[in-house]
Amino acid sequence: MRVPQQVPRLAAVFAVAIVGLIVARVLLVPATFGDIGHYRAAAIDSIAAREMQYAGHQECSMCHRPIADRRATSNHRTVACEVCHGPAAEHAAAPLDVKPDAPRDRGFCPLCHSYDPSRPTGFPQIDTVTHNARVPCIGCHDPHAPEPPIPPTSCGACHGQIASQKLVSHHAGLDCTTCHEAPEQHRLTPRQVRPTKPVDRSFCGTCHAVGIPDVPQIDLRDHGQPYVCWQCHYPHRPEAR
Amino acid sequence: MTAETPDGGVDRRGFLKDLLGACGAAAPVLWFGAVSVPELAAQDGSEPYDPTEHLYGMGIDVAKCIGCARCVVACKTENDVPEEEHFFNTWIERYVIREDGEVEVDSPNGGIDGFRPIRDDGEIRRTFFVPKLCNHCEAAPCVQVCPVGATFTTPDGVVLVDEEYCIGCRYCIQACPYGARYMHPEKHVAGKCTFCYHRLVEGKVPACVEVCPTQARIFGEVEKRATPLARFMRFNDVQVLKAHLNTRPKVYYANLDGEVR
Repeated sequence: MRVPQQVPRLAAVFAVAIVGLIVARVLLVPATFGDIGHYRAAAIDSIAAREMQYAGHQECSMCHRPIADRRATSNHRTVACEVCHGPAAEHAAAPLDVKPDAPRDRGFCPLCHSYDPSRPTGFPQIDTVTHNARVPCIGCHDPHAPEPPIPPTSCGACHGQIASQKLVSHHAGLDCTTCHEAPEQHRLTPRQVRPTKPVDRSFCGTCHAVGIPDVPQIDLRDHGQPYVCWQCHYPHRPEAR
Repeated sequence: MTAETPDGGVDRRGFLKDLLGACGAAAPVLWFGAVSVPELAAQDGSEPYDPTEHLYGMGIDVAKCIGCARCVVACKTENDVPEEEHFFNTWIERYVIREDGEVEVDSPNGGIDGFRPIRDDGEIRRTFFVPKLCNHCEAAPCVQVCPVGATFTTPDGVVLVDEEYCIGCRYCIQACPYGARYMHPEKHVAGKCTFCYHRLVEGKVPACVEVCPTQARIFGEVEKRATPLARFMRFNDVQVLKAHLNTRPKVYYANLDGEVR
């Protein structure tokens, strides 16, 4: 029986199509596609091989044991090192060459602790304008073991209004005793034993006329004669008009 | 130490004393274990990571989120996400619900730069922060629609994007009901949360979980009982976002308000 002419020709066409399909599939489908599912299995490995930036607090505590231990029982026990110090994987790999950040200014702590009505009730929050303005947070609170605020026990306990004025002023960093000598007895019998007050212009001049950088400087000989400083400037808030 | 009975066994008093001692010794460990910074069962490196042994999920306690957005910053750093606005693997939304029931949601730059004071019109009934991220759905619409198989679910339940194979058609971005995907402006491929897969294989938690200062984010195994996530799910009423879509998310929210979409 003769095979019709169309059959071998069709068979050849089919053969070419099938071979072509197989070749195209081998060439186009990536190597590990379909090994696990409908995707390139090798993609998992390349994603898993990405570099870490955050080392994790376990790495930190290997070297910084004392600080880690102090933090682990403090109010910041849930705050991992890298929340404040930033990503430290490079530091962990080369401790001497790369140093992580340590935020020291007032801008950082309020990221969590400034008052925001959307924050959960009970989370410790402050009003950054009135809460010891100009004083760095770490001056009073140990960031590795912060404690809740302590009510004022010294001058501010009685002179609260002056204390809160001073806290938001350029003089916030000064102790009351910088300008006032307060004998111990003043705390027991405040009206009988009074603290001292500066009496003349030269007292303010000890800071403001001797060339201390970042402190406003004046020439005592011609600035505001013949008045004393506090007739124009309120010492507890000198920038007020 | 234990007094033995004449027949060589342990008497009841001795047994109880030992038991009490052991409990006392374990108590501080349990207490600090419950509140310390998160850890994942560490890979000791002796045997290669086996993805079929794990199934990961995340728990989010909305009542603990303070909206500090440290997670957003950490995520961008860890995963090399573009710093501009509109590109986020995770972000913080602020919800403000007024007395008249009006709901306002905003997320300026994902929360990184903080939130502006709430507009002073109308009394506020409730207000809170909600962290959002890819929900790593079991039935992920993005995986289903990808025409080339460039987005997929790993055996450990993480939805990933194959950056070498993605053709940038944006179909998955359209399909995601949670808005968790974006077009990477330089790589021109879909970008999304990976649960920090490169950290998981090293036995570390995702960067956002590592840096969350209030432990609003809990990470762990979905199907194992002795993990922080399992504990979270036992002790809280958990919900998922857009449950009616049957995407079966693996990001579980506790204390979630009904208004959150």
